[in-house]
Amino acid sequence: MVSGVRRIVLWLATTATGVVLLFGYPTSTSSTPAVSAVVEAAGAATATTGTGGTVTVTGPAADTRWGPVQVQVTVTDGQITDVEVVEYPTGNGRDREINARAVPVLVQETLDAQSADVHAVSGATLTSEGYVESLQAALDRAGL
Amino acid sequence: MTAAPVRYVEHVMGLPFSLALRGRHAADDVGRAAWARAVAVLREADRVFSTHRADSVVSRLGRGELALGDCPPEVAEVLAVGAAVQRDSGGAFAVRRPGPDGAEVLDPSGVVKGWAAERAAGVLRGLPGTDFLLDAGGDVVCRTIDGGRPWRVGIEDPHDPRRLVATVPVTAGAVATSGTAHRGQHLVDARTGRPPVGVASVTVLADSLVDADVDATAAYALGRDAARWLAGRAGRTGLVVWADGTAETVPPAP
Repeated sequence: MVSGVRRIVLWLATTATGVVLLFGYPTSTSSTPAVSAVVEAAGAATATTGTGGTVTVTGPAADTRWGPVQVQVTVTDGQITDVEVVEYPTGNGRDREINARAVPVLVQETLDAQSADVHAVSGATLTSEGYVESLQAALDRAGL
Repeated sequence: MTAAPVRYVEHVMGLPFSLALRGRHAADDVGRAAWARAVAVLREADRVFSTHRADSVVSRLGRGELALGDCPPEVAEVLAVGAAVQRDSGGAFAVRRPGPDGAEVLDPSGVVKGWAAERAAGVLRGLPGTDFLLDAGGDVVCRTIDGGRPWRVGIEDPHDPRRLVATVPVTAGAVATSGTAHRGQHLVDARTGRPPVGVASVTVLADSLVDADVDATAAYALGRDAARWLAGRAGRTGLVVWADGTAETVPPAP
């Protein structure tokens, strides 16, 4: 279990580094403070074990220059199945600008659309004929 | 935790438009009335710009029956957007291209969807205290009010539309993707008239869906130059999925 937790923390650090890229914005003169904040977050991560080999890891809110950032990672049977940014800087014009130009975060190979916690899907043009079978239609029906 | 958003769906221009609302007017008459006005904006855009309707303004303009000065001002606006991207992409994106018989065809469809959805979003921006996300057949424009949690947008895997290759949180802005997953090879490099090589899909984030949509189409048309070109576009970020299945994120231009 100990090695399992360490592995999870390592994943969290990897994922959190991906999140840092969101904020690694040219307004900064150095990315060092944000990176160290994330490392601290990873070190203090808490893990809760759910049913069926699912573990959810929530890092504490890390203070970045743009505000607090908190990441939650769900691991099922040794694979990341969800990455959620629990807390995200909001509330001023600078934050809005950064968020609007966030960089997409690549998901793990194992993440399929059915289990992803997304509100909408961006993809190649979906026609009304194709819509019925689409993930977007599933989201609309599910009311998620 | 925020309550699940309220969903609305309408089909216009042969495309599904899915709306998600959260907050004060998500489920009341004010929210529904704003959605009805937004849909009316989309239907009006279809009447003006459809290339499938012989009596649309753009069809008549293309046949030379109307001069640009006789058209509603939004026609010139859309054509100006197309001309700017055509210039910036070295001609890979174009609104006028050779038709099957060799004669030039005016087809601003590559601009119209994003432009119309952005105008519809303008109606929804008037809803006080309400977050919205509008998904226009795969292109997204959204905003959250101050303090709201960002919308999470999944980016489709062009090789398997049931899967996602990436996610991105957006508080305000647009996400557009060009590719061929659902339509087959319909998008071409206007310089050659042939489908681009090496690229499977391009996703672009920008403040406006007008910009995100045309840049995604232009970058896709540029094929192997997609990521390099997009990296030089101010105010954009994105994701390129290559034909071999690898993916590359595009950070903000310096």
